[in-house]
Amino acid sequence: MADIFVFVEHKDGKLKKSAIELLSAAKKSGMTVHALALGSGSEGLAEAVGSFGATELLICNADSLKYYNPEAYSAVISQAIKDKKPGIVLAAATSTGKDLFPRVGGATGAGVASDCTSLNLRSGNVSARRPMYAGKVSAEVGFSNCETKIVLVRPNALEAGTPEAGKTATVVNLPPPPTDLRTIIKEVVKGTANKLDLTEANIIISGGRGLKGPENFKLLDELAAVLGGAVGASRAVVDAGWVPHDMQVGQTGKTVSPSLYIACGISGAIQHLAGMSSSKVIVAINKDKEAPIFQKATYGIVGDLFEIVPLLTAEFKKILE
Amino acid sequence: MNIIVCLKQVPDTESKIRVKADTSGIETTDIKWIMNPYDEFAVEEALKLRDKMADGSLVTAVTLGPKARAVEALRTALAMGADNAVVIDHTDFVDSNAVAKALSEVLKKETFGIVFTGKQAIDDDCAQVTQLLAQYLNIPHATVVVKFELNADKASAKIEREIEGGSKEIMELKLPAVFGAEKGLNTPRYASLPGIMKAKKKEIKEYTFSSLGVAATEIKVSYKNFQPPPPRAAGKIIEGDGPTQAATLVKLLHEEAKVV
Repeated sequence: MADIFVFVEHKDGKLKKSAIELLSAAKKSGMTVHALALGSGSEGLAEAVGSFGATELLICNADSLKYYNPEAYSAVISQAIKDKKPGIVLAAATSTGKDLFPRVGGATGAGVASDCTSLNLRSGNVSARRPMYAGKVSAEVGFSNCETKIVLVRPNALEAGTPEAGKTATVVNLPPPPTDLRTIIKEVVKGTANKLDLTEANIIISGGRGLKGPENFKLLDELAAVLGGAVGASRAVVDAGWVPHDMQVGQTGKTVSPSLYIACGISGAIQHLAGMSSSKVIVAINKDKEAPIFQKATYGIVGDLFEIVPLLTAEFKKILE
Repeated sequence: MNIIVCLKQVPDTESKIRVKADTSGIETTDIKWIMNPYDEFAVEEALKLRDKMADGSLVTAVTLGPKARAVEALRTALAMGADNAVVIDHTDFVDSNAVAKALSEVLKKETFGIVFTGKQAIDDDCAQVTQLLAQYLNIPHATVVVKFELNADKASAKIEREIEGGSKEIMELKLPAVFGAEKGLNTPRYASLPGIMKAKKKEIKEYTFSSLGVAATEIKVSYKNFQPPPPRAAGKIIEGDGPTQAATLVKLLHEEAKVV
């Protein structure tokens, strides 16, 4: 059981950052790394996964795999796990990873640990922790009664290694999925062009009631554009219908851990704090100096966000240009 | 076409979560228990669909947990309008896999066309039961569902699920199938007073792991060494007028924290 599978997600023929993070962690385990890529463009990833330590690139060509299809993807991956019996499978805790791997676990008898934020694979042993109760506590994961351990790791939680030029992985074709699928993907509707997802963003600017209305989110959009970040929101403003639910950070929204989280006009309800308090650096901008968010903030500004945020945008522009 | 809703009782989102002294788990005394918020969307969608079909279809709510308190979540579902309720009485720790196995055994005894669940429970945050349950019933699934539409043939459903970056996947699933509800799918109704009164009298069907033939070896993932989040070092409040505050913050983020 010295084999490790890494499910690598990719876009436009390039590995996603989360895939590089997983490959880098797998390489450190000393196990033989097999990268597994599905969907269009996966055959072109041999050099990329090879440069991060994979010896094999497992792919599968079938029309039903062009877009993510839970049934088709699960069938192909489950068969590969049954055939090669890897001790460990790594995947990112993304929309696809979270939807797919529990099903794979059920089909193969593997144990599945969701949404881990730390992982160490020294000599093939899995040592991982994951937050629970939206980050109000965390716990160490243990596996039992399974031959394969599937670990889903949150993007940005692991360090990305540096590529080694000149290495490439051998491409291996996997058997195709069954054709009698009961799930049909009709369409994938793209969100706003190039909108960065909160869970993958390294910098997040979030807004709450202090913004006074949906139209003022453009102040945050401008700052996010300068910093290359994503814009989030508190539950209060999502429930008020100012912004869509996919922007909500907190216990019934997204749990995030970016390098920098800037909370603008957010008081910091316990549900919100649970979803963002593992961010590396937290900045709070709020008029109310008693707001609970200041207790979590690395840097706090007691002031008017309508004055401060545009000033920040201008200052950051200066240093980043 | 009968509809099943799988739901879970979880600590209220307002709850402070404290770690037990021996770090083996969390303190459950003083916790206010509620129906998992995502499961409310599942219940609502089931009731809406039943009422729309108006063909004698029934909604059955199923939960797993210590019977003494877990039935309260079922009573809430009944008060909202569910027709039947089932509890799998289980007090010891279980993981997603064992829960899904037990639910699948209950569902094999029922006739149904659609199963709704929440997309995840907000206690352990695993988001696995929907998919595992579908796998064990050998039927398709969709998670993070924000739009559900039963097709005219009643043999398939069209759904929208939210993925990264505000994108959506539109899928069609042949029924029976399992659907994991995301916030935004609907607005859950409140229980009516007559509903609450009626719910109190409803008989709740009971099972246990042993009556369902689910072995303890179905547990594959467990947890230990629980810890609260590491305390954050005291923050710095930046003084001065607006322009000074902004300039200082940018300098700190750039030079001290080095995150920009």
